[in-house]
Amino acid sequence: MRDLPPPPAPIALLAELTHRCPLACPYCSNPLELVAREGELDTATWARVFAEAADLGVLQLHLSGGEPAARRDLEALVAAARQAGLYVNLITSGIGLAEARLDALEAAGLDHVQLSLQGVRAGIADRIGGYRGGFARKLELARAITARGLPLTLNAVMHRQNLDDLAETIAFAADLGARRIEVACVQFYGWALANRAALLPTRAQVDAAKRTVAEAVGTYRGRMAIDFVPPDYYADYPKACMGGWGSTGLNVAPDGTVLPCHAAATIPQLSFQRVTEAPLAEIWERGPAFQAFRGHDWMAEPCRSCARREIDHGGCRCQAMALAGDPRATDPVCRLAPHRPMVDAILDALPATDALPDLVYRR
Amino acid sequence: MSTVAAPAPVADPVVRMPRGVRLHQDRVRGLPVLLGPERALMLDEIGWAILSELSDGPRLSALVDRLAARFAAPRDEIAGDVRAFLDDLQAQRLVDYADA
Repeated sequence: MRDLPPPPAPIALLAELTHRCPLACPYCSNPLELVAREGELDTATWARVFAEAADLGVLQLHLSGGEPAARRDLEALVAAARQAGLYVNLITSGIGLAEARLDALEAAGLDHVQLSLQGVRAGIADRIGGYRGGFARKLELARAITARGLPLTLNAVMHRQNLDDLAETIAFAADLGARRIEVACVQFYGWALANRAALLPTRAQVDAAKRTVAEAVGTYRGRMAIDFVPPDYYADYPKACMGGWGSTGLNVAPDGTVLPCHAAATIPQLSFQRVTEAPLAEIWERGPAFQAFRGHDWMAEPCRSCARREIDHGGCRCQAMALAGDPRATDPVCRLAPHRPMVDAILDALPATDALPDLVYRR
Repeated sequence: MSTVAAPAPVADPVVRMPRGVRLHQDRVRGLPVLLGPERALMLDEIGWAILSELSDGPRLSALVDRLAARFAAPRDEIAGDVRAFLDDLQAQRLVDYADA
């Protein structure tokens, strides 16, 4: 017997600086139970976490939330992250980021901005975000970012109620001067799961979206990169969630809880450590939540003997939990999964377009 | 949908690394990497050599001259490899081509 080799170094850290957010998106990816402002880590602790992350091998830092601009010390956090040698990406709704704030973030060394887009016109965008005037402010910020030459990614969150606007959305991003667009179809966890009937697109919509993306990749080659995250319920095989559990990245919640992915807290069997209790390296290398599904030893059949286990690692543990009630189950979207009939039944029971349930907003 | 297509390829473009893309020495893995929006590309010695020549925004032809001299390699042999490497990065907006 010998000790297992240490896991490879993580590449990315997602820092959820706060759960506060002016938007009320019905697919919010924050946990059902939010951390209150009083529970948020302070500036010095975040700065220490960034330095520890860089020492551990992290290259990319994503400052997220909630809305990270709700943190008054955002500029100081960007500066601390650059000081640590990290590439700093700000993931924002754009609300609360005036020009003067952008000046300060730019001076602090911000590398890249990823701006969320709830819809391609004010009507749909403000309705989905639950924030009137949000689209206009977002547009103003996007123009300010590209005018400075800062790289901009538009993160277009797509679902049944806006997927038909995909071609227009991609053209909108290119016209704004975005260097990249992420066409991110809603994945169903937490709050999104409660709104699944209203948000899960139809097969016809997904097929059309795939054609639109394939065409746009050629049209915009060299001008704008296009990444597409399809809705996995229509897939034959599961997504390689997080590139494999505990293999490439980690998340730190506003109160310092370290998670293998943003939805990991939905798995009740896991216990998590905080950055205030143990060094980040120790949590990454030996933390029980990270060890739980690392590698392939935890797998049952059909994953255990499956040739695809090196490709998709059994899919997403949180989705197995959400749909099958068992985090060790094969991701139920997989064609080979015992629980796949459950996903097919959900797809067969999609409501008619004129009978979509009302959205339940996150407020 | 917008009808603006990608710019026509330039025969001998000026090659630049756009803002928000930079080289980084990864001290943990002991490798040079290229960092950009949502990307971290591990570079080999050749990739590092090509990208570290871009700071003054050279024309592609001048870049190939320099690399040929630096590696004492036949110019024709490396020209194709350099263009292919840069074209791939340009498609991802990790380098930009310009007329001037």
